[in-house]
Amino acid sequence: MHRNPSRPLSPHLSVWRWGPHMLVSILHRITGAGLATVGAGTLVWWLAAAADGPEAYQAFVDCVTSPLGIAIGVGLSWAFFQHLFSGLRHFVMDVGAGYEIERNKFWATATIAAAIVATALLWAWLVVPT
Amino acid sequence: MSSPRTTITTPLARARGHGASGEGAHHWWIERVTSVSTLLLFIWFGASLLLLPALDHRTVTEWLSAPVAAVPMLLLILSTFWHLKVGLQVIIDDYVHDEGLRMFTLLALNFAVVAAAAWAMFAVLMIALGARAGA
Repeated sequence: MHRNPSRPLSPHLSVWRWGPHMLVSILHRITGAGLATVGAGTLVWWLAAAADGPEAYQAFVDCVTSPLGIAIGVGLSWAFFQHLFSGLRHFVMDVGAGYEIERNKFWATATIAAAIVATALLWAWLVVPT
Repeated sequence: MSSPRTTITTPLARARGHGASGEGAHHWWIERVTSVSTLLLFIWFGASLLLLPALDHRTVTEWLSAPVAAVPMLLLILSTFWHLKVGLQVIIDDYVHDEGLRMFTLLALNFAVVAAAAWAMFAVLMIALGARAGA
């Protein structure tokens, strides 16, 4: 396939003025890529370790409960919520709603706030001793 | 094609079967379908993990050995990996500009996704069928 190099392709980030809607757009992609690699890899590791036996499973648990593992876990859970809320926003936009600039910016900001709150609530719930 | 003023065709219906590969709308639709199924399955997954009394090996494998957990987990793997394949493909389409490299990257993506999904599914089947066989 021949491409005309004078016609720009998608990632011409430098020519757009940043706003919450633009931030959420690129966050959707970044969190999706993170979940698809680190998140999916962790899922495969967890299942394979469970199938392998108690020792392999314990090795997995030791890694994900280490300080680095928990930091990655917090990041993954935030990415999950951000991608989730941003994805729900995309469904609304798919039916043609929410394109008015103020409303669009409001819901873009709302996905960022909701993802941070959901991540904080999840980890507060996990850390609180039962 | 008639002017936009005189058609009642939706943009999606107009896009179906058109575009460079003739399947852009299909790709778009699969992305939506798998996003909904992945969301529903992850709600089940998250709720299941939170409801389990512990997440040690014995508890998790006993839980996964029952069909009521193994089947949704297999569907979750299928749905999630299908969705992430479609999503990563869009990123590759956008950022890998060299056509030959793009084809190679897409090929590698497809192989990697299928291999990872098969590995995960095989692990679930080992747990579920192994428990059934009394292993």
